[in-house]
Amino acid sequence: MIRLRKLARAASLLTTPLAPEDILSLFNPVFSARQLRGVVTRVVPETADSATIFFRPGRGWQAHLAGQWARIGVELDGVRHWRSYSLSAPAGQDPAITVTDMGAVSGALVRGTKPGDVLFLAPPQGDFVLPEHPRPLLMLTAGSGITPVMSMIRTLVPHRPDSDVVLIHTARTAADTIFREELAELADQFPNLRVTHWFTGESGRLDFTSAADLDRLCPDWRQRAAYACGPEGYLNDAEALWEAEAEDAQQAAASSGTLTIERFSTSLAGGAGHDGGLVTFEASDREVEADGDTPLLDVGEDAGILMPSGCRMGICHSCLIPLRAGHVRDLRTNEVHGEPGQLIQTCVSAAAGPVNLDL
Amino acid sequence: MTIVSNKPDLSDADTPATSGSADTAKVVTVAKTRPGALAETGSPLLRPPAAAHLSDEQVAELGRELDAIKDDILAKRGSADAAYIRRMIKIQRGLELSGRALLLVSKKKPAWFAGTALLSFAKILENMELGHNILHGQWDWMRDPDIHSTTWEWDFVTPARSWQHTHNDLHHRWTNVVGKDNDIGYNLLRMDPDQKWTPFNLGNPLYNALLAPVFEWGIAIYDLELVDYKEGRKSKEALTKDLKALGRKALTQFTKDYAATPAVAMLTGSGKQALYGTLTANAVRNVWAHAVIFCGHFPEGTDTFTEEMVEGETRGDWYVRQMIGSANISGSKFMHLMTGNLSHQIEHHLFPDLPSNRYAEVQPKVQEICKRYGLPYTTGPLLKQVGSTWAKIFKLALPPKKA
Repeated sequence: MIRLRKLARAASLLTTPLAPEDILSLFNPVFSARQLRGVVTRVVPETADSATIFFRPGRGWQAHLAGQWARIGVELDGVRHWRSYSLSAPAGQDPAITVTDMGAVSGALVRGTKPGDVLFLAPPQGDFVLPEHPRPLLMLTAGSGITPVMSMIRTLVPHRPDSDVVLIHTARTAADTIFREELAELADQFPNLRVTHWFTGESGRLDFTSAADLDRLCPDWRQRAAYACGPEGYLNDAEALWEAEAEDAQQAAASSGTLTIERFSTSLAGGAGHDGGLVTFEASDREVEADGDTPLLDVGEDAGILMPSGCRMGICHSCLIPLRAGHVRDLRTNEVHGEPGQLIQTCVSAAAGPVNLDL
Repeated sequence: MTIVSNKPDLSDADTPATSGSADTAKVVTVAKTRPGALAETGSPLLRPPAAAHLSDEQVAELGRELDAIKDDILAKRGSADAAYIRRMIKIQRGLELSGRALLLVSKKKPAWFAGTALLSFAKILENMELGHNILHGQWDWMRDPDIHSTTWEWDFVTPARSWQHTHNDLHHRWTNVVGKDNDIGYNLLRMDPDQKWTPFNLGNPLYNALLAPVFEWGIAIYDLELVDYKEGRKSKEALTKDLKALGRKALTQFTKDYAATPAVAMLTGSGKQALYGTLTANAVRNVWAHAVIFCGHFPEGTDTFTEEMVEGETRGDWYVRQMIGSANISGSKFMHLMTGNLSHQIEHHLFPDLPSNRYAEVQPKVQEICKRYGLPYTTGPLLKQVGSTWAKIFKLALPPKKA
């Protein structure tokens, strides 16, 4: 490894200003000096609007823990978009993401990905992972929230006969249920997994306002470490139930189970059109209220912040600053855009709702 | 106890640009505003002679027409353009790799010629179609950190960041304004009758001939802005920083071409030949880049401007100045590629951050606008434009005739 690094340094004398990886990428697309990439090896359709995408990551990827997610960069019409997706493959195996078509980016992934395509990657992260010590588990999932839990089940159930997992999965119909066959096979084969499907198309929503539904589906749920993953409302309801139980338990001086939840939180929502918003310069620790028509460059300068700038008319790109959160409106095209990490031309961009900048 | 783990931006719901017709409807009702230091209406203190026949309203209308051309390309820009620049990068790296590999065995004459030629092409393509254009931010819209104006470094002595300041910011903002755009003669040559004559200028043609083969070093020194430092407009700290950056860059560039490549070639006894090869390739690139760049603003027919003409300049007037201050080179597709599409200098100056592969497409529209508004549109084959530039260099070596 050390010899490789020395070799790379020697080679870079010949390739500067490029890195040796830039030349190697001619032969293997996962090589890059600057960004982690993966090559799609297999695409498996799951339901009508979801698919599992297997990929071989380049150097710099770390093996994932069951339940973690990774940021995936996809190109739509030449433009890079980043989204986070849960890894559904078990820990210790080649990574795969299971994606449900919910919008432009996930739609392109589900419908347009083929083996050989290059995905841009960030290493796996997230704390929604299995407990360190063996405990009886209750998994509550809804819709595509099954994805990280599937990685946990695949990791745990076949290899740990002492594990004890109950999965209650909510979906609209049987046809919408991702991994349905595999779950049935696993439950059949391994007595340590019990799977309950709850179809909202037939039975309505799983009711968390009282403990009645859970008591019926999993009588010992209070003794289990619970994991929940699903839409916002579903998680809020589950959280409320566990909190109420914890209060009751405190009064009775008994212990209550833990609930670990994974939220798919969206960062700052963009204000519509010309509302402007609160601009936060994070590194400078300053906040300014901006209207929707003033370039962020002017907003920053008026606030006394040392803003990089150049032509002030959107041509020289001297004023680029990374966006941390929120959306901006391009004053030339009226396009509202913004993703964390994206570089913003501050001289032609105005706040569209609250905006955080890395300056 | 509840443990919350946040997975950011999973949903696609956060792309308002494409979502919801309600948003779009709201946006459309508002007139587009174009920001920047330039006014929409009004006029400069003095309009350049070539545009003196235009009214304020005509200039504003011309501005709107050019804006529309730009908007049209922005709307079309997409995966085909992305594929284009990636293909160019691949071709360039292929040329570079094979050229350098051949130089390693350049004791054999054919290998020397082929290697030197390939490396020359690689360097020209890298500087013109890739480096110049990527550093302009023409490909920033792809959000690819590998092809971005803030990350790219080029095979040219001057560090990308220094060049971006003098070129993108100063030259493109103040194109051909005597006293503001130092690209008029690069503080070395007298390229405009309004520049004061001194006996030093007698050497004009000699300096230019000496500059051409070492053009990259000339630009590197120019980008240090020594005149600004001398006159107190640039701080000592800033100069020290630039000098350090240049020192580092020059060292790696020098090592690659004149030490590392010949050293590896010595293994086959081709060390000396490889050195001559890299020297030749760099000189070929320098002479070519020098010729193309001098054809951009100096041939007969291009105008220069006074500071009065930019005082109160509107957006339309800025466009006019770019058009009548620049000159194109006509020629084949291959020629356009080898100039990094700077043969479309007029279009490049109007829209410096449009992807270069689109200039050929907007060229007829721009030419038609010039014709309709009675503005000069200077273009000609390479040799004619180079000749015209040299004629000016000779003419301006001499003091102005006393009236």
